Amino acid sequence: MTTLSPITAPVIQGNQIPRKRLYGIMAEFHDPATLMAAADKVRMAGFRWWDCHTPFPVHGLDQAMGIKRTILPVLVFGAGMTGTMIGFCLQAFTNAASFSIWALVWVTGYPFLISGKPLISLPAFIPVMFELTILLSALSAVGIMFLFNGLPRWNHPLLANKRFLRVTDDRFFIVIESRDPRFFASRTEQFLKDLGAKAVEMVEA
Amino acid sequence: MSSLPVNRQTALPGFQESDNTAENPGVRAPLVLNMDRFGQVTRQVCQVAESKKPPFAWYAAFTISLGLVGLLGFCVNYLIFTGVGVWGLNNPVMWAFDITNFVFWVGIGHAGTLISAILFLFRQKWRTGINRFAEAMTIFAVICAGLFPGIHVGRVWLAYWLFPIPNQMEMWPQFRSPLLWDVFAVGTYFTVSFVFWFVGMVPDLATLRDRATGRIQQFAYGLFALGWRGSNRHWHRYERAYLLLAALSTPLVLSVHSVVSFDFAVSQVPGWHTTIFPPYFVAGAIFSGFAMVVTLAVPARQLFGLKDLITLRHLDNMNKIILVTGCMVGYAYSMEFFIAWYSGAVYERFAFINRAFGQYWWAYWIMVSCNVITPQLFWFKSIRTSIPIMFALCLVVNIGMWFERFVIIVTSLANDFLPTSWDFFTPTWVDMGTMLGAFGLFGTLFLLFCRYLPMIAIAEVKATMPQANPHWSGYATHDDHGHAGGSAQPSFASPDALRSPGSGPDGGPSAP
Repeated sequence: MTTLSPITAPVIQGNQIPRKRLYGIMAEFHDPATLMAAADKVRMAGFRWWDCHTPFPVHGLDQAMGIKRTILPVLVFGAGMTGTMIGFCLQAFTNAASFSIWALVWVTGYPFLISGKPLISLPAFIPVMFELTILLSALSAVGIMFLFNGLPRWNHPLLANKRFLRVTDDRFFIVIESRDPRFFASRTEQFLKDLGAKAVEMVEA
Repeated sequence: MSSLPVNRQTALPGFQESDNTAENPGVRAPLVLNMDRFGQVTRQVCQVAESKKPPFAWYAAFTISLGLVGLLGFCVNYLIFTGVGVWGLNNPVMWAFDITNFVFWVGIGHAGTLISAILFLFRQKWRTGINRFAEAMTIFAVICAGLFPGIHVGRVWLAYWLFPIPNQMEMWPQFRSPLLWDVFAVGTYFTVSFVFWFVGMVPDLATLRDRATGRIQQFAYGLFALGWRGSNRHWHRYERAYLLLAALSTPLVLSVHSVVSFDFAVSQVPGWHTTIFPPYFVAGAIFSGFAMVVTLAVPARQLFGLKDLITLRHLDNMNKIILVTGCMVGYAYSMEFFIAWYSGAVYERFAFINRAFGQYWWAYWIMVSCNVITPQLFWFKSIRTSIPIMFALCLVVNIGMWFERFVIIVTSLANDFLPTSWDFFTPTWVDMGTMLGAFGLFGTLFLLFCRYLPMIAIAEVKATMPQANPHWSGYATHDDHGHAGGSAQPSFASPDALRSPGSGPDGGPSAP
């Protein structure tokens, strides 16, 4: 079965052959408990290209699906430290340096002497360094999250599905994609039905 | 174990409330009333944005707010074209209504971030009912706040001097000044609050997108929902990012009002030059912000029929926070006086005696009676759970906190070191108009938000329902760890079990 490519595999739904390519098979559940039990089975069956879709984050589903912890926090930490450095360099250059650098245009630092305080007065620089740390961390946390999630993406096959509209309301879905090496339309459909799905449907690509 | 009793009580006609404030440490109190299906929550929240016409009161409030925005526009333009002399400022009192309003509005914003970030870190699930519009309040309050320093600089066309932009003079801002820290603090605060609010709203915008029937709504909600499809792989990263945002916003919100207080504390003026300012300002900010949340929540839940989601328990909890922070503020007021005496500095002593008994004695006593004495009524549960009384008290707190900033700023400046330069500040109509106009701007933005965006975090509220827990007793799958082994044939919850959330222990520790 694994030797068959998903596109060449015969896709049969009842008596009719779908005209379009298949994105995957979607199973609908009505409550998080059944979904979680089913997700556990799908993972154990060895599928890789599959996902659960829920109206809210269901706790414990990550473990049931076997999702690895994201490295997002590490990247955010890096971004935050970059913000700290930018904050320091910005202030040290604009308030304590007298040389020129090229930053889009040629700019020259200006050594401000304020009531005899040292040019690099670190305590006075800390608030801005702190704010820039937070700013870069927060923006990168959101930016990287959406980037890793592949969002924004407005044209996903699932978004064109009528039944899938209720995923943001009160329905729970498991979708197994046709590109999964273990995917075989009729068998996968039966597999999902056996997991207690209220409805199983093909999703066109 | 059964859930806590929910009693219907009638305080006043039109104010029927379901009372879910009873405490029992063994059982989690219900946060969503009269609803046991996720779809009901969706409908309840979405009907506001989906209704053809908002209630009449919305139109009335919107008209008034829009009128005040017109007044604001007029006053600001008059100021810009004439000069800051149109305000009642004079030689010692060079900051008055402008900075009072700035500090007031920044403070209002703090409650939103506290609810969305700090209560999130503390796993306070009741925050989900109020966090969305509290965050919206934060953003609109910071917009109002940002207006004032922007226009008080005098030559507004030179406001870009605030930012480190390469310019023809080869000059840079002076980074040792707290006024510049303020630019970065408030700028970061606005950006992060906005991002936090928007990210939280993406799944709910997707809900509105999926329910929308009109083309415009489908397009607009669809555009901003970013194609969200509730994928659990997405939720995983989303929740991480959300947690990080909460963890980042917590020190941020504490820093913002600390930096605002540095504007005063770093100067030498008696009455400003105190180390208590940062914590005192933060406590005051949370105090005033929560009062504003209650002020907005009470009419909003009444008007849009959201009493089952913003329950009496939410309001009760907020009133408790108002009581706590009100006591902190009262402590700070008395500690200021103590230190003024204890420091032995004559200027400091004079500044505080002058505050309470000088030419602005009335402002000082308005502040004390509104901020210290009034919130003490919240010790009584009957007052904490009475809608009309809490609304009135929170309005009083709002007024009191505005006066607090006025007292700090104006009394200290009007009577500083040199008696020959003393003066008295009297606001002009432009001062008054700008202040009222800012409330109008805030109201307009908030009313538009209520009308067109999900006012309650739908996804988050659903996640706090007992039914959201896969191990909830109403579901028939009973294995010790639903995902570890699982029974051979997962069975379904019977519809009856789904309909009665009170039939089993809906609390207990949730999955790790």
